[in-house]
Amino acid sequence: MSPRPGYVLDVDRSTPPVLFWHGEGFRLERLPEGSRVIYPPEPLPPLPDPIGAIRRALEEPLGDSQPLRSLLRPGMRLTICFDDVSLPLPPMRRPDVRQLVIEQVLDLAAEAGVDDVCLIAALALHRRMTEAELRHALGDRVYDAFAPQGLLLQHDAEDPDGLVHLGRTDLGEDVEISKRAATSDLVVYVNINLVPMDGGHKSVATGLASYRSLRHHHNARTLRHSRSFMDKDHSELHSSNWRMGRLIAACGVRIFQIETTLNNDAFPAQLRFLQRREWEWTAQDRATYLATQAALRRLPDGLRRSVFHQVTAPYRLTSVQAGEVEAVHDETLRHVYAQQLVEVEGQSDVLTMGLPYICPYNVNSIMNPILVACLGLGYLFNMYRGRPLVREGGVLILSHPTPRSFHPAHHPSYIDFFEEVLAETTDPGEIGKYEEAYATDPWYVHLYRTGNAYHGVHPFYMWYWCAHALEHLGGVIVVGGDPAAVRRLGFKPASTLADALEMAADVVGPSPSVTHLHAPPLLMADVR
Amino acid sequence: MSGLVVERSLPRFAAARAWSSLRGSGRAGEVGPLRLADVPTPSPPGPDWALVRPRLAGICGSDLATVDGRSSRYFEDLVSFPFVPGHEVVGILETAPAGSALAPGTRVVVEPVIGCLPRGLEPPCPACAERDVGACQHVAFGRIAPGLQIGYCRDTGGGWSTAGLVAHASQLHPVPETMDDETAVLVEPTACAVHAVAQAPATSGEVVAVLGAGTLGLLVVAALRHLADPGTLLVGARYPHQRRLASELGADLAVPEDQLPRSVRRATGSLAAAGALSGGAAVVFDCVGSAASLRAALGMVRPRGTVVLVGMPGPATVDLAPLWHRQVVLQGVYAYGLEHLQGEPRRTFEVALELAARCRLGRLVSAAYPLERFEAALAHAGQAGRRGAVKVVFDLRSRRPSSRPAPDPGAPR
Repeated sequence: MSPRPGYVLDVDRSTPPVLFWHGEGFRLERLPEGSRVIYPPEPLPPLPDPIGAIRRALEEPLGDSQPLRSLLRPGMRLTICFDDVSLPLPPMRRPDVRQLVIEQVLDLAAEAGVDDVCLIAALALHRRMTEAELRHALGDRVYDAFAPQGLLLQHDAEDPDGLVHLGRTDLGEDVEISKRAATSDLVVYVNINLVPMDGGHKSVATGLASYRSLRHHHNARTLRHSRSFMDKDHSELHSSNWRMGRLIAACGVRIFQIETTLNNDAFPAQLRFLQRREWEWTAQDRATYLATQAALRRLPDGLRRSVFHQVTAPYRLTSVQAGEVEAVHDETLRHVYAQQLVEVEGQSDVLTMGLPYICPYNVNSIMNPILVACLGLGYLFNMYRGRPLVREGGVLILSHPTPRSFHPAHHPSYIDFFEEVLAETTDPGEIGKYEEAYATDPWYVHLYRTGNAYHGVHPFYMWYWCAHALEHLGGVIVVGGDPAAVRRLGFKPASTLADALEMAADVVGPSPSVTHLHAPPLLMADVR
Repeated sequence: MSGLVVERSLPRFAAARAWSSLRGSGRAGEVGPLRLADVPTPSPPGPDWALVRPRLAGICGSDLATVDGRSSRYFEDLVSFPFVPGHEVVGILETAPAGSALAPGTRVVVEPVIGCLPRGLEPPCPACAERDVGACQHVAFGRIAPGLQIGYCRDTGGGWSTAGLVAHASQLHPVPETMDDETAVLVEPTACAVHAVAQAPATSGEVVAVLGAGTLGLLVVAALRHLADPGTLLVGARYPHQRRLASELGADLAVPEDQLPRSVRRATGSLAAAGALSGGAAVVFDCVGSAASLRAALGMVRPRGTVVLVGMPGPATVDLAPLWHRQVVLQGVYAYGLEHLQGEPRRTFEVALELAARCRLGRLVSAAYPLERFEAALAHAGQAGRRGAVKVVFDLRSRRPSSRPAPDPGAPR
């Protein structure tokens, strides 16, 4: 039976309570009659022979690229870059698709007699990955072959000797990227394209860039003009990256792009109810849900977090394409949309969403309040094409506990950002005046370069990610969140969904239309 | 006449210590050393003394430490029992001291430190000769019983009594007509804050941190903002209302207490190692006085910087290795005297009177209780921060047993 596409349910009297993610837990909520629930498409069938598909993609590249085999030669300098721990979410079961692809690339390099091979985790300003995370992404064989020799690097956007300024785009944007990559004869970039934002020229122009370069598109103005940043053709974020990517190519940096897409099989069998529509829950699903909730309630916060972060997704590969960056990316988007796109008719007054325990920036870490905002107003709000799911001046209702809790090693500058900057203003346009001080703070730089900390400027980026939603919305309400933390974000706390809907009515008027985004698993709304 | 009296009773002090540690500060109640009793009107020790009838008398952290049995035993020989507490006092002169221009009926604030002059000691000690009464060397000697201050001396009485107290002419400061009692009762702690700022190293253009934002911390913030010129003034305050008030009084940034070291690090562009910053604030005012606050202060002061101990400390176990290694100056500041602000020598109380008026400090008075409700008053003062209060006072203007509700401490008056 072929997988069913996404579905828009009209809630009526017979509709059972709807599942909301609520951090490291869930809520079952009854939505008002007439509400809509948007369900993601079911997982697409995977490629039956992923290794074969990868080999074919390397042999039959897209665009004007030659097969990878013919680009490899003895004595050349080869750099293989790969997406970091922020992808995919949740982390996928071993073997990770990066391992599958890189092993094939390395086999070809070995056959061609390439000796100078280096691997780089394309962190941009993300935290450095731990050994366990690198082993998970690359597999033990690759890790053990490269890490002990010092040939497995993590991009350092603050290494003055490790960066090269390639020039400026027509719009004056600095393009400064990894010197190792820029001076290689060939850069192979291995992507996991979990959402339409990923990949394309953004891979190198962002993943291997410095703050000097990133600040040109990671800012409030650009993000406000990215509607959405999940829709490349309407995203200033992507336009900037494309300008940079073309400049990188014009400077002679040869990139062989490999992009992969995964199906929507995001949760293992023991959490299968997360993949199903509530009215189709079996007795076993209901029992699993109740048992899971009961068990989670008994666990202390730290242990509950740890349990969730051990979840690995049974994702399977649905496509792999390689070759010239833009041709590859166009094909990738087709596959991403095939898995995630759901047609939706019109906007609503209120959009509700339950936020899970994880976002790209808290893998094996804590979902702090800034990341809660970023996941809701950044990532999930922007999962649309055409128009946002909620009308201008509408209300977004999030469900998340929003604890005032931060990982001190991963998010040191977030703590100060929360206490100092957000205490002063939550306007993405206003916070920019603090950005430079955080970006150049020597302690944050030290922790980013030597520890496992996100760059000092990163919380600003998270807030810029919210810029479009903050400008568009009439209000944001968080159900079940820590009231003080929620207010610091500039949002309103509510104890229950019913309270939140009443509060929303004060903004949008009585009897508002309500849409619930039933994700993850992820979906992208094609709003007509 | 009724008044609150502290008696020397080691079992009661021990019981108060145990009880308050279980139930919270200010809750020693009947087991503690404080009693409401009939007290006689104190006799002036000399013609240059006056009888003052208190109108408002504040409850200070040192008072709470005393009734909680937590005061350092260092003070045992520097006080005389039984005594009536209360050294933050605005009152009315019942009698005028000989040779003074002050007339009966004048509203005054009391400068409670009892130096050589009130004690009739001639010649005065070197400090008193310089009018630096806070450093008086003779607080246990002279014609009256030992006592650092009015409010700790058997012979003078104190502010927590309708019987009144006696004060030497040199200890009286007339209150301007335009100043309300709530502002006036804050003049004494304001003088402590002024003295702390005046005695600290110059802070002009520097990053300065204030740890703790109870009454004294907030007053230090006000004094720093108006009498010094800090480049960046950072305040660590436990409670939201304290942070709001700190900002209103001049803090550039008021953050939760545990965030203060991070904010200092940010402001100074420091790194961090071994639990301390590589740089740090030029001056840290510790307005808490606990071992934890001193440890925190030592962790956020820069090498060769100064930690000013403003809050009254007690016995504390603190690793002084960072103090030694970073060559930090630990400076105690107590009371007041004569200050050399902007080159002009002025009595601390004169400066404090002006500052209190300028900053409308009466807004820090959160609740006023009659003496009869002293247990409730002390419990309120002991939990002031948690209960959204700053300064709790006794109201002796009326014998009616009433208490006005606690106003919003941030609301202008």
